Amino acid sequence: MRLWLLAKILLHPLRFVQDRIDAWVMRRVKRLPGPIVITRNRVYILPTRFGYAFAAMALVMLMGSMNYSNSMGFMLTFLLGGLGLVCMHYTHGNLAFVQLRPGRAKPVFAGEIAHFEVQVENPAPRPRYSLALAWPRDTSPVLAADVEGENAALMRIALPAAQRGWLKASVFSVSTEFPLGLFHAWTWAELDMACLVYPKPAPPGRLPPPASGASGLHSSGKSGQDEFAGLRAYQRGDALKSIHWKSLPKLQAPMIKQFTELLDLEFWLDWALLPDLDTEARLSQLTRWALDAELQGRNYGLRLPGLTIAPHHGEHHQQECLKALALYGQA
Amino acid sequence: MAAQTAADHLNQTSLLRFIAVLALVLAAHATLLPGWELAVIVAVLAWRAAAARHQWPLPHWSLRTAITLAVFAGVYFSFGQRINGQEPGTALICLMAALKLLEMRSRRDVMVTVFLMYFILLTHFLFSQEIWTILYLFACALAITALLVDVNHAGEPLPLRAAFGVGSRMVAYAVPLMLIFFVLFPRIPGPLWGLPSDAGGSTSGISDEMSPGDISKLVNSEEVAFRVQFFGAVPRARELYWRGPVMSHFDGRAWSQGPSGYADLKVQAALIGKPYSYEITLEPHPGRWLFALDLPDPRSTGLPRGSSVSATFQLLSLGIVRQRTVYQLQSYPQYHAEVELNPYTRRENLRLPRNYNPRAVALAKGWRAQGLDDLGIVNAVLNRFRSENYVYTREPPKLGRNSVDEFLFDTREGFCEHYAAAFSFLMRAADIPARVVAGYQGAELNDVGDYYVVRQSNAHAWTEVWLPEQGWVRVDPTSAVAPDRVESSQGAIAERQGAFSLARMQYWAEARWDWANQQWNRWVLGFGPELQQDLMRALGIVDWGQMVLLLTVLVVGVLGMVSLTLLRQFAPARNHDQALRLWRKSARWLNRHGVVQRPHEGPSDFVARLEREQPELAPTMRRVLRAYLQLRYLEEPAPALHEELAAAVGELKITGAMS
Repeated sequence: MRLWLLAKILLHPLRFVQDRIDAWVMRRVKRLPGPIVITRNRVYILPTRFGYAFAAMALVMLMGSMNYSNSMGFMLTFLLGGLGLVCMHYTHGNLAFVQLRPGRAKPVFAGEIAHFEVQVENPAPRPRYSLALAWPRDTSPVLAADVEGENAALMRIALPAAQRGWLKASVFSVSTEFPLGLFHAWTWAELDMACLVYPKPAPPGRLPPPASGASGLHSSGKSGQDEFAGLRAYQRGDALKSIHWKSLPKLQAPMIKQFTELLDLEFWLDWALLPDLDTEARLSQLTRWALDAELQGRNYGLRLPGLTIAPHHGEHHQQECLKALALYGQA
Repeated sequence: MAAQTAADHLNQTSLLRFIAVLALVLAAHATLLPGWELAVIVAVLAWRAAAARHQWPLPHWSLRTAITLAVFAGVYFSFGQRINGQEPGTALICLMAALKLLEMRSRRDVMVTVFLMYFILLTHFLFSQEIWTILYLFACALAITALLVDVNHAGEPLPLRAAFGVGSRMVAYAVPLMLIFFVLFPRIPGPLWGLPSDAGGSTSGISDEMSPGDISKLVNSEEVAFRVQFFGAVPRARELYWRGPVMSHFDGRAWSQGPSGYADLKVQAALIGKPYSYEITLEPHPGRWLFALDLPDPRSTGLPRGSSVSATFQLLSLGIVRQRTVYQLQSYPQYHAEVELNPYTRRENLRLPRNYNPRAVALAKGWRAQGLDDLGIVNAVLNRFRSENYVYTREPPKLGRNSVDEFLFDTREGFCEHYAAAFSFLMRAADIPARVVAGYQGAELNDVGDYYVVRQSNAHAWTEVWLPEQGWVRVDPTSAVAPDRVESSQGAIAERQGAFSLARMQYWAEARWDWANQQWNRWVLGFGPELQQDLMRALGIVDWGQMVLLLTVLVVGVLGMVSLTLLRQFAPARNHDQALRLWRKSARWLNRHGVVQRPHEGPSDFVARLEREQPELAPTMRRVLRAYLQLRYLEEPAPALHEELAAAVGELKITGAMS
């Protein structure tokens, strides 16, 4: 164990030190809902690999200047040394006083990637460049953004959503290496953000239940497509399928076909209809049916143990149903 | 957390900027690199720029390897079949930087090449450290820093102005640190591991071997050999002989230094009278001698470490003078040198090669036969030079095997080296020990800085003869042939004073430029361990520990100030909204009197509530409200409105206090 630790220190000194600092910091990070201000003493800074190489180069230059007793060589070396020191303060200041506010996170389906929006605000008149957000131990390349003076930028971090329910954003880091790439300044923050993850829709194939009446389980038996009852004027939002095309040239206005069984348009997505599947599979299947129903423009209702949502359609209704499906069984 | 910071792709604008900065850094080496290498570099830069524009693919690794090997071989053969040394090393680095362009795709590659560019900048200073190089240093440092700033900004390229703004601010903050380090960083006398054979810039100077024609070639150059500043009395022109190599060995063709030139034989010299005290700033030259007036006092303080006075009274440094050297010493113009002549030295300075110059030998022996003593023979030769149509010219005819004979009897035309060589030959043939001394004669006054300049054009050769009871006496045969050569060698200002104004202005400009160069050489380039010690002593710091402590304190202080400045720039902007501040002031005053503006109440609602609950404050508050709303929301901010609001708030306090 100790040998492994020694090897790690020797081969990756930077990462080793960084991990130690991170472990110490993470114990102290608090999850906050409101704006998090990165104060001066919350910014941690370490040289990058390039920074170490820069220091080594300056040292070699110093040796060379001493060997040749070259005054201009000394000047160049000391200028570079001074630049390095100034860069440290600049990189530190690039991150100080930044404010983080939680943004929205659009709901996604399980298996997709959730994007958390974070509003990064720069209260200073000087613009800040190349701020980057990242999850811990994440090696995928991240995009950096600039924030203008006294302005805010909306930055997104992506997190794969594996399971349904509330996906809480964990601790993330805000970091920068601007301006010279010699130092890496970072800090950890935890914003109270969560993304709603809907269950993964089951693949299409299994047919939804036939349309049922208000009584629930019992179907009326009629398919609902037979009895033509007349036309009514087209209203915005009606499905294109129900337009009576034949009358269009004559009437010059689209008309909707009406059927006698108005109840046939609506149907219930019922938990009890899927006795052969387990909980997650049932939720997946219900999700699929809900999506399909919304696409078809039909009214659909949701019936889960302990929760009933009246049939309707529309984006708000869909979100409500999906939310219920996502949070089923969770507090 | 090991996230990479940015998409690594290098966009076209950044690449073109990189090429521009690389061209700037390589430009100063243009005169140094061989022609073919310059062509290769320009071709590579141009090709890469075009490739970026037209989206050509980069060359395959096999082609790149082939090119690399080819240029490597080219450098090897261009510099005399070697690659170690200052010049081939520099050429190699420049090529490497240019060839890196052929495989540059990502930002990381740019950052690596930045190191190469800094090294190229350093190599420039190994060749030349003139005053303008400091501007070049700052320009390049700024350009490279701006490039780094641009490269570290992922995504869209930074506007030039922003990159230069950040870069110049950082360089500006770094300059005070640079100065502090430059003055206070402990200087260890170099070299640490030795220098390559071609270190330093190219130098010319007096060599330790003199054939006819050597000095006349040297005299063509106006390059400065050294600069002198006298403390106190200034010698006359005929005393301004600066001693260089002393040559006692003649092989029939050339004079060279005999073994006693470097031996540590103990010789006696009595130094008489008042010395001249002076300081010399000596430019590098390919020899060991530190020029000094006859006769240098070996006990002088201010001589360089490891220097010594040889048995032939030459001041020698420890090694070849590779860098500019400053030293102070005294010289006595009146002396008795080596009155007791060592028989070995005597024999050495009488030796002549057999079967050379028979006529000259006969002439000298003839004088002896006439019964002339040593001084008589000396005068006889000088008289001969003076009276018998001898010509002093820089381009005499070439001489054959018996060079002295041909010069003395046939051509009678020569430069200082011919006269000195012939004179010494005649002296030796007459059994008087004599030797040739080469060095400089005269000096040019620069009245701007009150110092004298000695150039290569002042190079001269003369002789020393040993006379009983006097020791070595200087005899300059040139003074017999061309006396004004010696007399007017000092203060060329005299002839320029009467000239017309253009030459006068030129002299004025040249004198000031030389003075500036001298100051630069003396204080900046010559800032080494000795000068640093002097400065520390002047400041009252006695040892290294204190100096390093002062260095640390100053650096930390400057960094602290930089840090404060930066943090103030990055701190939240102060609230410039005067109106809001005044409104808050009034609200705070009301708070103290028990009236609180509720969070959900805007200013108007608040005042409305106030009218209901505290009618006596209402009129004043209405006034405040009106002014505030006007100022903040409706009108352009005008001083009158500010005053109105301030007055209203003031009135509030008065009415409130009274009620």
